[in-house]
Amino acid sequence: MHEGPGQDATARRRIQRQALSVAFAVAPFGVVFGVTCAEAGLSWVEAAGFSIFTFAGSSQFAAVDVLGDGGTAAAAIGAGLLLNLRSLAFGVLVAPVLSGPWWRRALAAQLVIDESTAVATAQTEPAWRRYGFFAGGLAVFVLWNLCTLAGVALAGLGDDFVTDFGLDAAAPAAFLALVWPRLAGTGDRDDGSGDRDDGAPRRVALVAAILAALAIPFAPAGAPILVAGAAVLAVPIRPMGPDR
Amino acid sequence: MSSPLVVLLGLSVGTYALKSAGPLLLADRALPPRLERLTTLLPVALLTALVVVSAVGDGQGIAVDARLVGTAVAGVALWRRAPFVVVVLLAVAATAIVRTVGG
Repeated sequence: MHEGPGQDATARRRIQRQALSVAFAVAPFGVVFGVTCAEAGLSWVEAAGFSIFTFAGSSQFAAVDVLGDGGTAAAAIGAGLLLNLRSLAFGVLVAPVLSGPWWRRALAAQLVIDESTAVATAQTEPAWRRYGFFAGGLAVFVLWNLCTLAGVALAGLGDDFVTDFGLDAAAPAAFLALVWPRLAGTGDRDDGSGDRDDGAPRRVALVAAILAALAIPFAPAGAPILVAGAAVLAVPIRPMGPDR
Repeated sequence: MSSPLVVLLGLSVGTYALKSAGPLLLADRALPPRLERLTTLLPVALLTALVVVSAVGDGQGIAVDARLVGTAVAGVALWRRAPFVVVVLLAVAATAIVRTVGG
């Protein structure tokens, strides 16, 4: 089922709003990253380099933290890569929507992050998942890098301003908003087939939340996301058939 | 080469390898039908985990703080069908207020 241009424009704007919301949600952390780099004695070139070429928020913090604490390069790289293991899962998840020649996929892969994966997979129609991936990925890329530079420039700011202004609630709120349609069973209008509301999404979400919460104290940062992926095993995998 | 540059190179290359393995090795092959269900449920699990980790995660532990209030406010706003941007703004405002009042 494909709608006319009017609804296409509506869908596009909706995804753009989602992408901008997640991008603004992570932007403050970009500023904090810039500040962290300056405090660790890194130059603005190095800070920018991380945000352009690594472009994976939490691992950037971890690596610079290790460096700032006097750790070895190997320890910093190891900590960062451990945090980024979930990028492998995200890449596999969004691979189907990254069509085109290999070099285009290679370029798009740089944008594989939490937010682009989240916006992409929140869309129910594959065509809009691709748009969501690029909207989310590019919005975050631009904002994250601008904020990194701003952070280096504002190095005297300190990183209390994120908590003082409640900005650290933006990310959970944005992710919740992205998963909500799947849980509430309302879905998006542009999906003809739709998920049967058989309660599976809510069961998976509950198990995933429990797994993630349990994993946080015990697993290295980033791992709880992967652990929670096992929640899909809580629901039997059957081919989409006429009935359960 | 300085330590930061070594880390920058190593982390960037390693991270890119992780990001691109899926897209480059799988191309845009569709998954077998039995796994289609996974592709709709896996995002639910991952997104929920992201909510939990960003709401109560604090490095290596769980920290229940004003963020949780903001997240709960977001939930209420979503239930009341508020637009996406309003949901995020309400969460941020609620968290800021709780922190300011809490001292």
